[in-house]
Amino acid sequence: MEKSGPRHWLLAAFFALFVLFLYGPTVTIFILSFQGPDGGLTFPMRGVSLHWFANLFEPQMVGDFAGSFQRSIALALLVMGLTVLIALGAGLAFRRKFFGATVLFYLTIAGLIVPSILISLGIGLMFNVVGFQPDWYTSALGAHLTWTLPFGVLIMFAVFNRFDRRLEEAARDLGASPWQSLRFVVLPLIAPSLVGVGLFGFSLSYDEFARTILASGVDNTLPLEIAAMTTNVTTPVLYALGSLTTMFSLGLVVAVTLVVLAMRRRQRSAA
Amino acid sequence: MPAAPQGAAATAGGRGRMRAPRSALAPLLPYLQSIALWLVMGIFLLIPIATIVIVSFWDDQDYALVPAFIFDNYRDALGSWVTWSTYLQTIEHAVIVWVFTLSIGFTVAYFLSFHVRSSLWQMVLFQICAIPFLTSNIIRMISWIPFLGRNGLANQALMDMGITDHPLEFLLYSPFAVILAYVHLYALFMVVPIFNTMMRIERSLIEAARDAGAGPIAVLRHVVIPLSLPGISIGTIFVVTLVMGDFITVQMMSGGQSASVGLMMKNEIGLLQYPEAAAHAVVLLLTVLMMVWAILRVVDIRKEL
Repeated sequence: MEKSGPRHWLLAAFFALFVLFLYGPTVTIFILSFQGPDGGLTFPMRGVSLHWFANLFEPQMVGDFAGSFQRSIALALLVMGLTVLIALGAGLAFRRKFFGATVLFYLTIAGLIVPSILISLGIGLMFNVVGFQPDWYTSALGAHLTWTLPFGVLIMFAVFNRFDRRLEEAARDLGASPWQSLRFVVLPLIAPSLVGVGLFGFSLSYDEFARTILASGVDNTLPLEIAAMTTNVTTPVLYALGSLTTMFSLGLVVAVTLVVLAMRRRQRSAA
Repeated sequence: MPAAPQGAAATAGGRGRMRAPRSALAPLLPYLQSIALWLVMGIFLLIPIATIVIVSFWDDQDYALVPAFIFDNYRDALGSWVTWSTYLQTIEHAVIVWVFTLSIGFTVAYFLSFHVRSSLWQMVLFQICAIPFLTSNIIRMISWIPFLGRNGLANQALMDMGITDHPLEFLLYSPFAVILAYVHLYALFMVVPIFNTMMRIERSLIEAARDAGAGPIAVLRHVVIPLSLPGISIGTIFVVTLVMGDFITVQMMSGGQSASVGLMMKNEIGLLQYPEAAAHAVVLLLTVLMMVWAILRVVDIRKEL
């Protein structure tokens, strides 16, 4: 490929525009969340202040920001742990042929294809028919897992497809029990990927809206709370909340990336 | 939880040799490891979908579900022109969004995989394209307000340039805003799979094509595009199913000027008309599955996994 002709620069410019398109709006509300107390939802900035961030933590604010934030964190942690464990188990299972493997695989992929509102409605109806009370830690938890597990399982597929089985055979030849070879050979090698699966589980659950809406029961998660706010809040406090939760997500991605890079580096220096 | 640790211990027997006594468990191992996945996908995907199918034949009286076997819900759902026009509009959205996300996604992935030299930069730029996937869609939609609103940046810029002398109302809360938000939210679902397939294209194939006299366009048309088809179809499945099932984007961005099947269902659910909503859900599911099937008929993506 030519690397410097006009075509190259045209493509580079297109890419730059795409990144601007992806991030421009988010950066804009980040700036606007520092509006002065008299500022509105659009430019110009009327002063610079932390007024709207402070406003977020005042009790008179519409809705229940603190409670929904805590619930979303707890739910995301739960989803993260379960996603890592279940995807790891399934990843190990799929390395061999077993009865029903194909059905299970397609069922898992179906979790990505079936529209979210159907999963939400279906779980809501199921709880209704059986007479159970939907709650964020039961019905919403299950709804989130149908979204995070397909990603987790696909990542484990990719990981084990590239995994060098000779390492396990070597461990076995040296007298390691299968448990020891899993614990001391396989798990350390795939640990960075497991951290990645955990990040996916956490983030996708933390931001999930469509699958939660009919399955959350009486208590809102944070995305439900934010969606409700958009209809009745017309001040930059909306942006302050948006900026905070986006910074939280981005901070998490950066932190996890650093952890994974450190793990890889340690592996390489050990090897 | 899958019994991974105990399960792994049981593999011992699989290899024979010293740990023969435990071999009876070895054939059961994959079942123990995958049982949790079965349970979750069964209880929270399969049974809920079955419930929807069953309830779509039920009756509702005084906001309560009454078990029955009636076809009224389907007759009501499919017999009204509102449904048909809503379906047409949803499919139209899907097609428009598909064209935009595919053009953008292909171009971005092509630049990343064939025009970025250093593999470090390749990964950094790729991550930049993928990270918004891990942030909130709702907030990404809200973030268009300062741009498209009546006093937003777009209107100010247009007025400063003298293109218009009054703010354009159609930018926010309009069909235009819906399409823009969809493309903004879902373009990365194209970039990621297409980039993945493009990275696997043997670079020697492209050199061979050029040695054989192919120009850049011919290389693109006869080598890059055919070999990127699996990624393109995975991206297409994502974008099409996401748009077909959407309700929140249309609700937040259209200002009531657009409809979608998902929003129609959600409104029925708001009125506690569950059997009607369930009938729509079944029709929507069949439509989406047919679209996915059609895409898979064109491209076999299994070898991508």
